[in-house]
Amino acid sequence: MDNLTLFIIIPLLTIFGILFCRDHKQVKIVSAIGMSLQLINAGILITMFLLQRAAGNTDMMLFVKDVVWYPSLNIHYFVGVDGISVAMIGLTSIVIFAGIFASWEVKDLSKEFFISLIFLSSGVFGFFISLDLFTLFLFYEVAVIPMYLLIGIWGTGPRHYSAMKLTLMLMGGSALILVGLLGLYFHSNPSGGPLTFSIPAISLVHIPPDVQRFFFPFLFVGFGVLGALFPFHTWSPDGHASAPTAVSMLHAGVLMKLGGYGCFRVAVFLLPDAAHQLAWIFIILTTISVIYGAFGAIWQKDLKYINAYSSVSHCGLVLFAILMFNKTAMNGAILQMISHGIMTALFFALIGMIYGRTHTRYINEMGGLMKVMPFLAVCYVIAGLASLGLPGFSGFVAEMTIFVGAFQHNDVFHRVVTVIAVSSIVVTAVYILRVVGMLLLGRIKNDHYLEITDAKWYEKLSTGVLIFSITAIGLAPLWLSELINNGLGPIIDRLLVVAH
Amino acid sequence: MLIMRHELLLVIITVILLLVEIFLPDNRKHTIILPSILLFFIVTVLGFIPGPTGELFGGMYATTPLILTMKNILNLGVLIIFIQSVNWLKKIENKGKIGEYYLILLSTLIGMDYMISSGDFLMFYLGLELATIPLATLAAWERFKEKSAEAGVKLIFTSALSSGILLYGISMIYGTTGSVYFREVMGAFNATPLQVLAFIFFFAGMAFKIAIVPFHLWIADVYEGSPINITSYLSVISKGAAVFILMIILYTVFYKIALLWRDVLYVTSILTMTIGNLFAIRQRNIKRFLAFSSIAQAGFILLGLIGQSQLGMTTVIYFVLVYIFSNLGAFGVAGIISNVTGKESIDDYDGLYRTNPLLSLTMMLALFSLAGIPPVAGFFGKFFLFTAAAQKGLYLLVIIGVLNTIISLYYYLLVVKAMFLNTSDQPIAYFRSDAYSRIGLLMCVAGIVIIGFASPVYEFILSLSHGLY
Repeated sequence: MDNLTLFIIIPLLTIFGILFCRDHKQVKIVSAIGMSLQLINAGILITMFLLQRAAGNTDMMLFVKDVVWYPSLNIHYFVGVDGISVAMIGLTSIVIFAGIFASWEVKDLSKEFFISLIFLSSGVFGFFISLDLFTLFLFYEVAVIPMYLLIGIWGTGPRHYSAMKLTLMLMGGSALILVGLLGLYFHSNPSGGPLTFSIPAISLVHIPPDVQRFFFPFLFVGFGVLGALFPFHTWSPDGHASAPTAVSMLHAGVLMKLGGYGCFRVAVFLLPDAAHQLAWIFIILTTISVIYGAFGAIWQKDLKYINAYSSVSHCGLVLFAILMFNKTAMNGAILQMISHGIMTALFFALIGMIYGRTHTRYINEMGGLMKVMPFLAVCYVIAGLASLGLPGFSGFVAEMTIFVGAFQHNDVFHRVVTVIAVSSIVVTAVYILRVVGMLLLGRIKNDHYLEITDAKWYEKLSTGVLIFSITAIGLAPLWLSELINNGLGPIIDRLLVVAH
Repeated sequence: MLIMRHELLLVIITVILLLVEIFLPDNRKHTIILPSILLFFIVTVLGFIPGPTGELFGGMYATTPLILTMKNILNLGVLIIFIQSVNWLKKIENKGKIGEYYLILLSTLIGMDYMISSGDFLMFYLGLELATIPLATLAAWERFKEKSAEAGVKLIFTSALSSGILLYGISMIYGTTGSVYFREVMGAFNATPLQVLAFIFFFAGMAFKIAIVPFHLWIADVYEGSPINITSYLSVISKGAAVFILMIILYTVFYKIALLWRDVLYVTSILTMTIGNLFAIRQRNIKRFLAFSSIAQAGFILLGLIGQSQLGMTTVIYFVLVYIFSNLGAFGVAGIISNVTGKESIDDYDGLYRTNPLLSLTMMLALFSLAGIPPVAGFFGKFFLFTAAAQKGLYLLVIIGVLNTIISLYYYLLVVKAMFLNTSDQPIAYFRSDAYSRIGLLMCVAGIVIIGFASPVYEFILSLSHGLY
């Protein structure tokens, strides 16, 4: 069994194990063991990857495994990783690990909850390792559909509505992707040979620009829906607000990155001409996402809505950076995906923990929580500071890189949008500091908050892992940057060839 | 002899069952259930043994490995239906009608087999009538209920009407080509206006059988009025067989006017998908709901026919196979619930998961498969159908198709929502379904889960499907 397939096998085995659990406690333990193994596996993968690179292996994709699945249609089970996928796998395993511990107190239908959650994660892992568009698409939908049950059954607020909206919008996105994929497939071999779904193979083909222009919007918008591209972001605030803690974490932390990764790996990488020609439209849309998300967050009173809008803003920045087509900005895009993934997961975990204690998510009903639960409060401040891009945390590194990259374009259009996008940082500071002030400082507004206890061990574990990752990336971004650059090389080369 | 083995075996067991049924005393009629299933199981298994293929009666009857596969697929579906209907047949009000059920279903199946194997229009028509008329008696099973009687009458009227239209078309073909043999018609076909008109009549007749919009209106009332097991037979087996023969005739007889029928199919496919889907959203009765969803599925099947390629043909057969398992899974669960509780409304399914988790999970899998959600088989079927359409560059059709899958996902999710998300003061209480129902559902679930991953199934059908188009 190769290392990459293990990323799908481990979740499936964990699910199988959960089926035989008799009570809530066993379910939790089996899930925790499974996802710890997954985390270890991710660690091993990163190490092995770095060792291979250090040993001078310069193949674009490492640990490649290629098994023919449907010979007549040339569909393969084709997996492999480059630096970017490795980084994303690392992110996913951290978030799902923290997510298991953040949902330690799910009691209602806990078996089904953990099965759906882990099944979803297997879709995400599968997506990141796939090099074949068919399996990539399959895993994409596997990652989306359990959301319906997760939000609908264990969610809060208008959960039925949110679940349906989210599922239909994301599946609508995947419908567009399907059209784009078929377009790629039938133009993957202009010389008339066998067609292919393989990403590396298609990347060597030059698809006629008018064909590219037709299919690029399908792919970019399709993946963009998941990446909260304006105006297709509306599922995100409702969905995140209604979802249970671990699902919000996984969804904002990882699933939205599927969108960014897909835009990057499929839309931009495989259709570079169209990407260059149509970039301006999407740059405008992503700039709107960035600003709109940030301003949206200011007006919200519900903690989850604040964070959901802030995710729209941050994920908009990812797509924005991808469309800048230079190494610095793209590096920043990947860094931002990872940084935002961990940070937002931390946010949602904390919100879930706070909600579990105060039974409200409205910031004007809370206050002075710093005094009653110092540990969680400090964590919240850390998450907030990381989110507004304080040096020393991952958010700073990512956003700085993106804006430096974006500013390298010296035409008016790029300058203007960059300046607009940069201004979102200020707005971010406004809503983060406002929340921190109202939530944690000041006087305690409700007497029974005095009885609140601080974090339990599993909550500390969950937040601890995430905080460690944020600071590690913030303090030593170079190794991650190196990892990403490694994977970016061939992609940038391809984009630059087209540009000139 | 061996060339016709599917039909002959069916005739043999039908005769055996008929004789046994006659000589059984009245109070022991129900003992025929198990032998019927076992005999049919043996027939199904025997059908899979490779044997000779070829033509009989001067080309009236023809069979190829591909046609044998189609028959095997239908047999599989009927086997599942037989197993699923045991519980219902054992009910007290069905006493004395058990034998009829098996005999009539088997004779319609014989009709379908002859229809698929036909090499000329006479044989085709004979098979078609044998496959439809007896069904009307089954639709009117509970003959003292108004709805059931209505279903029977509607079915017989619409099929008579559609047969009339169909025959009119066939008569024009005979008049212009001087033959009813497919092969000779194909040679003499020169796309004169009269022949085009003949095609239109022929297609309209078939459209009634498959329930393609705008010839679909009979379906909802008939489905609702019939007992669930008959409904599932109508929606899966009848429809599947009609799709098979439509495909064969389009690809052979009407080969020369492919450009024309492609346009016709293009338009009807869009209409069928869209209207089927939009009407399905509003249905609260599970049978009507599945009726409209099956109309929409027929629209997707047409998508594959348009491809007119090896890929399209394989995919249509593959999709029908997947559709049989998925739809029978959904009908099976609905049937069990209807048998035990008499409830057939989606609103009654509220909170079903908490009381009957396995049934709900089966239903969910089946619905997801119908909606085309991975990793179940329906995803592969839909994906390949779209691939077949995209192969011809029909991207607009693909876009309309994928948007329709989203609409269909919405109403499938409504049922999932009722079962998993909603709560109810009076949910359907926990019950243990009998062994037969379990086996039936297990077969469906196995099919739904395995067929997609098992690429050899697809590759096998592909390896046979050449030379027809």
